[in-house]
Formats: sequence, structure tokens, C-alpha cells
Amino acid sequence: MARYIVQRLLYAIPTLIMISLVSFAIIELPPGDYLSSYIAKLEQQGSRVSQSELEALQQRYGLNQPVYVRYWKWISNFVRGDMGMSFEWNRPVKDLVMERIGLTALISLLSTLFIWAVALPIGIYSATHQYSLSDYLFTFIGFLGVGIPDFLLALVILWWAWSTFGVNLGGLYGPEFIGEPWTWPKVMEVVKRIWVPMVIIGTAGTAGMIRTMRANLLDELPQPYVESARASGLSETETVLKYPVRIALSPFVSTVGWMLPGLISGTTIVAIVLSLPTTGPLLLKALLSQDMYLAASFIMLLSILTVIGTLVSDILLVLVDPRIRFDDVQAG
Amino acid sequence: MSLLSRPAGNKKVPIPVPEEKLKEGTPKEQVFVASQWQLMWWRFRKHHLAILGTSLIAVFYLLAIFCEFLSPYDPNAFERRYTFVPPQAIHFFHEGVWEGPFIYGLERARDPETYLITYQPDTEVRYPVEFFVQGDSYKMWGLLESSRHLFGLSSDVNARGLRIYLLGTDRLGRDMFSRVLYGARISLSIGLIGVFLSFVIGIFMGGISGYFGGMPDLIIQRIIEFLRSIPTIPLWMGLSAALPRDWSSLQRYFAIVLLLSLIGWTGLARVVRGRFLAVREEDYVTAALLQNASEARIILRHMLPSFFSYIIASLTLAIPGMILGETSLSFLGLGLRPPIISWGVLLQEAQNLQTVALAPWLLIPAIFVVIAILSFNFMGDGLRDAADPYKR
Repeated sequence: MARYIVQRLLYAIPTLIMISLVSFAIIELPPGDYLSSYIAKLEQQGSRVSQSELEALQQRYGLNQPVYVRYWKWISNFVRGDMGMSFEWNRPVKDLVMERIGLTALISLLSTLFIWAVALPIGIYSATHQYSLSDYLFTFIGFLGVGIPDFLLALVILWWAWSTFGVNLGGLYGPEFIGEPWTWPKVMEVVKRIWVPMVIIGTAGTAGMIRTMRANLLDELPQPYVESARASGLSETETVLKYPVRIALSPFVSTVGWMLPGLISGTTIVAIVLSLPTTGPLLLKALLSQDMYLAASFIMLLSILTVIGTLVSDILLVLVDPRIRFDDVQAG
Repeated sequence: MSLLSRPAGNKKVPIPVPEEKLKEGTPKEQVFVASQWQLMWWRFRKHHLAILGTSLIAVFYLLAIFCEFLSPYDPNAFERRYTFVPPQAIHFFHEGVWEGPFIYGLERARDPETYLITYQPDTEVRYPVEFFVQGDSYKMWGLLESSRHLFGLSSDVNARGLRIYLLGTDRLGRDMFSRVLYGARISLSIGLIGVFLSFVIGIFMGGISGYFGGMPDLIIQRIIEFLRSIPTIPLWMGLSAALPRDWSSLQRYFAIVLLLSLIGWTGLARVVRGRFLAVREEDYVTAALLQNASEARIILRHMLPSFFSYIIASLTLAIPGMILGETSLSFLGLGLRPPIISWGVLLQEAQNLQTVALAPWLLIPAIFVVIAILSFNFMGDGLRDAADPYKR
């Protein structure tokens, strides 16, 4: 077990290195370097940059040095928690990112829980009532859920709530709470509103998960052990819940891994439509204004979040599913 | 008693079969001699949703191919007096009398409280919808010059500045119906070209991985794992924002397609690799090896045809992802940009809640996106089920 965990951790290292290379490429790719955009920005605002300041900045980002030196400077600072400055906000990137990454993680986590809470009972129901009217209905809803992109769903729901009830569902709290510290009323406000992104982001995942759960359970239901449980006098509910469902559950744990990149993707774009105070809108803003240190830090952190989530789900899977033996686990 | 009418009793009387029928063979014999593609078609035919999806896709691509002719107006022509016109209905009966297709005139009024312009159908005037009318001139596929459109209002009505807006107009008074059709061309072609590029990358990488195994396999698997473990939207956003701003729209179009497929090839490579691994052990591959066939010949002539149908199925299932990627990026303003028209670019106009509340028909491109994605999913589903007709 320990060996497996260590192995998975080791496999994550090349992934993390590749992520850092891609993020660095995003900083480097736009024409012109960071400093010239920074200076242009400052001059636009009417302030001038002194020669000494310029040199200090050049020194800090290693702008006169070859690419690999710049990369090394950037990544070693990043690991130490110094992510550079956002010239758009004139604040350290770290502060901006940390303010928002927590809510992103929270919404992703809530969406996962929502997917589980909804997909599990519906999947079981669909499988035990195969080809019934409700099974067809859920299949149809499932297809729609997969087919409708979440940001369009967000857009339509936003418009619907606005035009029928005159309610703006965007944002996580009303304008009076912006910039306020996290007090009880603010937390309650967030709790009241967070279900909107949770449901929207969770829809596609729910649809897919219902299909998986249904298919897995359908594979298990005709097995002899189910028959023998039934024969020994267990009620139908007990028979289904106690044995086949437990085995069919393993996708719930294992799919967190592949669900997570999709969830983070969905969170990013849905957050932009709903203007949530998460990473999405800020990332878009940073990209549109070529504030590349901020953007790259976001992309890097979101990817790291995904890798960690996948890692946790892989390890959980081994813990939950007794059929997986450690000697069989090789190469992930 | 005629031989063809069935007797009333239980006694079985052979019913004579016409000569031609015998030559064709009974359905069962047909199955034995049918080719693989024939069998696949028979199985695919049974999947009703897949047939529906395929038909819709065919219609969409026809719309996209002939969009210049089918759209009544130039998609970039704007009419300053007709901004945010709601969709107009085509009527056939006026006060219970058949009139043929026509539209009512538009009455323009300003709301006394909000100062917003509103439009009401003016039932006093009727303009017949005519077919094959002269209108804005265009160059079909950049080649054929013409000014004939499938439908529209007659040219003298046109000259008075009146238009038919089936799906309404946007903030500049451009015809949404024409724009959606032109958008279909870009959005749907991005799906095809993107999938073709991922197909090339995926089959190359997956082929190497599955056929050679060992070290190349390990490296390629790590790359795939890496690409699958990072969230695509932020990565796409980052990469497309890094594209030079001064690129022409055509350059941008191809750059976006390339970005989409550079990240999207992994699913296909996985399918190819899995199939290669399965087929590699088959007897006919060993036989070909023993006959000293070259590696290229074994791969292309012997292995590839055996799982080509799987590849087509997963290609179809990959197209919606591409379309969605383009739509999301353009919607965010990071993908294609006006003057290019794609469904994502059209939806960008609907980003603002106030605008959407004012003109909900700006969301209509979303319906097209959803139908296209669902259709491709259904078609891919049917293809996947039909991919191996020998499997029971």
C-alpha cells in the first residue's frame, strides 16, 4: 500500500514538471516581454519608471538572461510562494490567487458531492427498473445533460431567472458584501446562492455518472450471488443495496480522477458566465489584458489542484475497492 | 383454390416464391454473404436516435455548405433602423383567408418609460415571401458570383429597406438567421478539421505506442496522462490568449483548430493503442509477419482495416468536443473574433444578462450548438454499437 502511494506520488512529479513548462510557455509566448507591457501600462497611467526600478525588475525576472534561467527563476520563486506581480492589479499574484482558489475548490467539491447524491439513487433506480418509462426519461435527461454545454445552461438559467422572477442569480453574494470580511451574514448569503453553480456544473457529470452506474449495476444484477442473496430471503431492497450496489460503486470513486479536469474546466467557464468570485473571471481578465504572470499562476494552480484530486481519488479507490491488489497495481 | 391464398386449416402449404426473390436469397443467407460494411449498416439502421442524429447532421452540413444561397442577406449587412428586432413569424392565412407565405409589416415604437425601441407586427401591411429573389450579391465558395437567394422579400420591397428576420436581429440590425447559417460553416468545419488533425496525431502516437510497446509506449502514455489530467478550458484559454493579436482571421482560425486538436488527440490515441494491442496477437498478423511483410504493410494493410470502424466511431464522438471548445473560447472572446462568424462568436453577443433579457433570441445559436452536439453524440453512439458487427 505504502509502495503504491509512493509510486503514484512519483508519477505525479513529471506531470507537475510538464505543467510548469506549459504554464511558463504561456508567460513567454505573447510577443514582447512582461516588463515592456508593464512599463506601457504604467506610462498609460501617467507614472514614469525610473532606471533603477527598471533594473531591479529586470534582475528579478531575469529578463536579460536565456530562457532556461528565466524558467528556473520563475519556478523556484513559484515553489517558494512568490508568483510575481500582477501589473493589472498592482498586487502580488499570490494574494489574488489565494483569495479565489479556495472558493474554486469548494465549488468543485460541492459539485462532486451533488453529482454523487443525485446520480447514485437515479442510477440504481434506472438499473432496477430497466426499460421502464422513468428509465427512458432519465436516459433522455442524461443525454441532454451530456449534450448541453454547462456555460450555455448557466446562460439560459440566468436569463430565465431574470426574466421570470427578476432575480439575478449571478455572483455568490450581493454587492453589499463585496470586500467585506467573512462574517455570518456573508456566509449565509453564499450558502443561499452556491447551489446555482453547483447544479449547473454538476449536470453534465451527473448525466454521465447515471449512465455508468446503470451500466455497472446491470452487469452485476444477473450474477449468481445476487440470486443466492435473494434466495436466502433478503428483501429486494436489501439484496440490491447490500451486494451489487457496493460493487457497482467503484466508478464513483475512480471517476473523480477523470471528472476533476472536466469539473475545473466547467467551474472556470461557468464562473465567468455567473461572475462568481472564483478563479475563472480573474483568469479571463488576466488573459485578455495579457497579465501573464497572473494567468499562468492560475493555470498552474488549477492544474496542480486537478493532479492532487486525481491522486487522492486513485488512493481512495485502492482503499475502497478490496478487489484491487497491490501486486497488480503497476504503472498506474 | 388459388395457390397464393392461405388455407384456413393448420396444414402447411408451401407458398411459391417468385424467381427473382430466390436469386436474392433469404435474409439469413444475405447475412452470410454480406460484407462487413453491409452488416454495420444493418446494425446502425436499427439505432433510431443515431439515424435521427445523422440526418440532422446532414441537414446542418447542407445548410453550412450552401449558406450563401440559403441565407436571405449578407451576414454583415446592417440596418440601423432595425436593431433588436424580434423573430418574425411567417403567416399563411390573413383573417382566415389563404394568402401564401407572407410576413406582416413592422411597427416601430419607443417605449415612453424606458425609451427602448419596441416592434409590433403591423397587420395592415403584408409582404409576400418570395423564392429565388435577387438580393445582396455574394461569391459562393469564393468562386461563383450571384445575387440570388432561396427566399426573401421581392426586390421592390427590399429597395424600401424592409427585411424579413426569421430569427430576429442583433444590436447592429444584422439578420440573425443569415448569421447562424454562416456561423454553421465555421463551427461545423472546425469540428471536422480539428478531428482530422487529432486523427493524424492520434493514429500516429497511438500506433507507435500500441505497435512497438516498451519505452515509446511508456513515454507516450505519460504524455497522454499529462494532457488528460489538466483542465482543458483554462489551458485552451491560456494558449489562445498567447496567440499574436495581429494575425489575420484565417491564421487565427487555423491556430485555434490546431490548439484544439493538440489537446484533443489523446482519446483517439487511446482507442488506437488499445486496438493495436488487441490485434497484434491475432493469427493473421503473425501470418503476415512470417511472410516477411514490412511493418508499414502490416500496419496499414492488415491491422488498420480491422479496427477502422472503431476509429470512425470515436472520431464522430470527438467532433462535439471540438465544436464545444471553439464555441467556449469564442464565447469568452479568446477564440475566433469578428468579422469571422461562428456560433461562439454569435453567443458572445449574449454574454451580458441585460442584453439577453432585452433580446432573448440572441441565445438561438445555442440551440444550434446543442442540436449539433447531441446529433454527433447519437451518431457516434450508433456507430460504436455497429463498429463490430460480428460481435453478438
